[in-house]
Amino acid sequence: MTGAPLIEVEDLRIDLDDGTQRVAAAEGISFRIDRGETFGLVGESGCGKSITALALIGLLRQPLSIGGGVIRFEGREIQHLSAGRQRDLRGNRIAMIFQEPMTALNPVSPVGRQIAEMFVLHKGKSWREADRLAVEALASVRVPAPERRVNDYPHQLSGGMRQRVMIAIALACGPDLLIADEPTTALDVTVQAEIIELMRNLCAERGTAILMISHDLGLVANVCRRVAVMYAGRIVEERGSADIFRAPSHPYTRGLVASLPRLGSRAALGRTRLTEIAGVVPAITNFPDGCRFNPRCAQATDICRTTAPGADLLEAGGLVRCHHHA
Amino acid sequence: MHEPQDRLGETRPDDDVILSVRDLAVHFPLGGGLLGRGRRLLRAVDGVDLTLKRGECLGLVGESGSGKSTVALSILGLVTPTRGRIVLDGQDVTNRPSGDRKALARIVQIVFQDPYASLNPRQTVRRTLEDPLRVHGVTAKSEIEDRVAKMLRHVGLRPEQADRYPHEFSGGQRQRIGIARALILNPKIVICDEPVSALDVSIRAQIINLLLELKETLGLSYIMISHDLGVVEHMSDKVAVMYLGRIVENGHWREIFERPAHPYTQALIAAIPDPLRHAPLATTGGDLPNTLNPPNGCAFSPRCRYAEAVCRREPGPALETRTDGHAVRCWRADEIAGQAALVSTEGEHF
Amino acid sequence: MKLRANLIIGGALFALAILVGLLAPWLAHTDPVLDANLLNAEEPPSWTWWFGTDDQGRDIYSRVVYGARVSLTVGIVSQLINSVIGVALGLSAGYWGGWWDDVVNGLTNLMLAIPSLIFALAIMAVLGPGLTSLLIALGLTNWSFTCRIARASALSLRSQGYVQAATVLGYGDLRIMITQLLPNMLGPIVVIGTLGMGSAVLSEAALSFLGLGVRPPFPSWGSMLSDARDQITTAPWLSVFPGLAIFLTVLGLNLLGDGLRDILDPQSRSRRT
Repeated sequence: MTGAPLIEVEDLRIDLDDGTQRVAAAEGISFRIDRGETFGLVGESGCGKSITALALIGLLRQPLSIGGGVIRFEGREIQHLSAGRQRDLRGNRIAMIFQEPMTALNPVSPVGRQIAEMFVLHKGKSWREADRLAVEALASVRVPAPERRVNDYPHQLSGGMRQRVMIAIALACGPDLLIADEPTTALDVTVQAEIIELMRNLCAERGTAILMISHDLGLVANVCRRVAVMYAGRIVEERGSADIFRAPSHPYTRGLVASLPRLGSRAALGRTRLTEIAGVVPAITNFPDGCRFNPRCAQATDICRTTAPGADLLEAGGLVRCHHHA
Repeated sequence: MHEPQDRLGETRPDDDVILSVRDLAVHFPLGGGLLGRGRRLLRAVDGVDLTLKRGECLGLVGESGSGKSTVALSILGLVTPTRGRIVLDGQDVTNRPSGDRKALARIVQIVFQDPYASLNPRQTVRRTLEDPLRVHGVTAKSEIEDRVAKMLRHVGLRPEQADRYPHEFSGGQRQRIGIARALILNPKIVICDEPVSALDVSIRAQIINLLLELKETLGLSYIMISHDLGVVEHMSDKVAVMYLGRIVENGHWREIFERPAHPYTQALIAAIPDPLRHAPLATTGGDLPNTLNPPNGCAFSPRCRYAEAVCRREPGPALETRTDGHAVRCWRADEIAGQAALVSTEGEHF
Repeated sequence: MKLRANLIIGGALFALAILVGLLAPWLAHTDPVLDANLLNAEEPPSWTWWFGTDDQGRDIYSRVVYGARVSLTVGIVSQLINSVIGVALGLSAGYWGGWWDDVVNGLTNLMLAIPSLIFALAIMAVLGPGLTSLLIALGLTNWSFTCRIARASALSLRSQGYVQAATVLGYGDLRIMITQLLPNMLGPIVVIGTLGMGSAVLSEAALSFLGLGVRPPFPSWGSMLSDARDQITTAPWLSVFPGLAIFLTVLGLNLLGDGLRDILDPQSRSRRT
């Protein structure tokens, strides 16, 4: 592991411009992912986790745009690359899988063709060679009878199989970073386990780093080595994943961990009233001043309502943005 | 199966039973070519027995295609069963005439998953709550207003909010409105169909707490349908696990979660990621089977690591009651029971 | 912003046509029927005769103003009949399904297969010419699109949670259709209705042109066109002004329909805030 991290995000700001006003949908986003590392971004809908991922892969579209900050890939700034250069990076070095593979796959093209296309497009293979590689790719994601499955259309496959195909397409060119945006949210829990294990094993074998995005703190903590929790467009806490569950520091993270009924906790502790986080998630156009969690925070004081907290490094490692963190 | 006397005999002494489902089956004919050739039968539910006691919460667990939602729709009278009996609060409602909807409505109601699609966007909250009362013959204006205001307070909303439209509320508040609508007729049973899975994570605890409070204060019985085992464990008294249209295991929640006996239940529990460890998730092998083309033998056998010849040859055995109401449908239940991977009790708790 | 322009221009043209019809007695210079004077026959447009006069010396401007009444009555009333029939059939077919759906579907396909104007002609032939016959003929022959839209909406809406909830709450079918389904499908129905009014105005013109519309001497835009066809080269104003009135009204209704579609289309509105 040498020098520059694989990807480094510094003070990234993403603007939302709806024609009448311009607001920051995410701001002050900084994190780094090393080669082969697993990193998770966790948060609720509208917290900015998905658009952060889209910014990394150069897929932000109107009304969203990068409003400031730097994204470095292997030490090179990539946020202002031309469309052509970004496209080259995408697929080749950075790949992405989505929540609903049905909408990400082309419904009128056989899945084998869609995998082969990656080899033709990015690796300059002939279609003949690419078709052969597509069968291998399908086999690598443990699709049974791959030589027959390459001729199937997406609608002929189950949700789990479609997500396997997505992974095969994403990993076809041996990318250095795989962005997985809620990759198993639409799947059943036993199928989720299959897909997660597949993704984890393939990436470990090939040294591919994973940026996993999810609302499911438990899943991300299990899959990733480090986790950043986002709330209302900002990262509020970034920790080693076991620490974030054992000793969450930010009141929001603490609330999240305590509010989820965890399997086994009733057996161990009896049924207790779940800890509620009061209030609602603020809308993008209506983020509160100061710390954005302050209207829902039991510990909020005057400073929380006026001043956004800076990043405090924790002794145990990681950082938190809170004036009164534990 | 068609001996109601005998069946009733089992439950009659128990006045506590508010819902009894016996040998329920729902089959849907599907597609097929001209003249019905190639027409296939989807056995969405195939011989399900359930018993719900007053004041209890029964968790119904299973993945897509397990038939758990179809069971709920049958109880609500939205789907006509192919065979079987449904007895609600002492009344056999299986083949009631469609005009009987009103009587059924006062016994059982439902809270839907999606708080956005489940409220009429063109009706105020007041209209949504008042109309059912009028339909059910409450005419006095003051009584209607009282009941609506009281119900809104019950679910944690202010009566002044009644004249707003659904889009003016957040997802959590909408779900509270959905709960108020389900409770306005004072039903005895509420079916909660994934009531929190469409909500923001930080809002879920509010709704779970509310549902449990209402159950106590109003003396309700719940059927809790969810794929989130954490939520089911937290809320349920009894749990039934469904796989491909059948119940494969049911019993007291502690039995199910601490001593799961069916390999599928074990697989479900083991598949839950443990946030404290980077341990690989336990995988079952293969996707869910196609409901239209179920495997031979025990439906779980192709994915089961304990499967033997008998499992692939014979359909799953009858649901066999073991100790203390814990019932399992598995050829090798006795051998497997001891080996359960008790993921849920390892590690720390919060 | 273009969307708004549709709505404003279309709405203004339609409102203008309605206003002209309502205020006809005050706007007209002469009585459209009685004030015939052969001494003024076939005068071209001038300060005295804004739109000229016809071969009987009647003021075209006054006849166009009064003609708005017939054209708009036919447009609005016949389309209302169509909307009611189409919604009733389509909504019930989509909600109930089964044999009733098959019947309605067959009927709709039949209506779509026969050109509606030919069908209307046949009905007019039986009933004889006149305003009432016109309303009936046009009101019974143009509901198939509304019916299709209503059926498709009902099909997709009936699986919505709130419709299921209403069923579980013990609502009767009629109540569910009227309170739960109908309000949520009104958008496209109104759009289709507006466009349908335009085509009804045209159909009125066509039938009157064929001599099957309102009986002379009372003016309608269509019958004025019909009367003017022999003089189209010698006295073009006889056809230009009623033609222009039809054109502007139908254009207005189409723009209005498009504008309404743009603001009522659920896809252009975000459901979740």
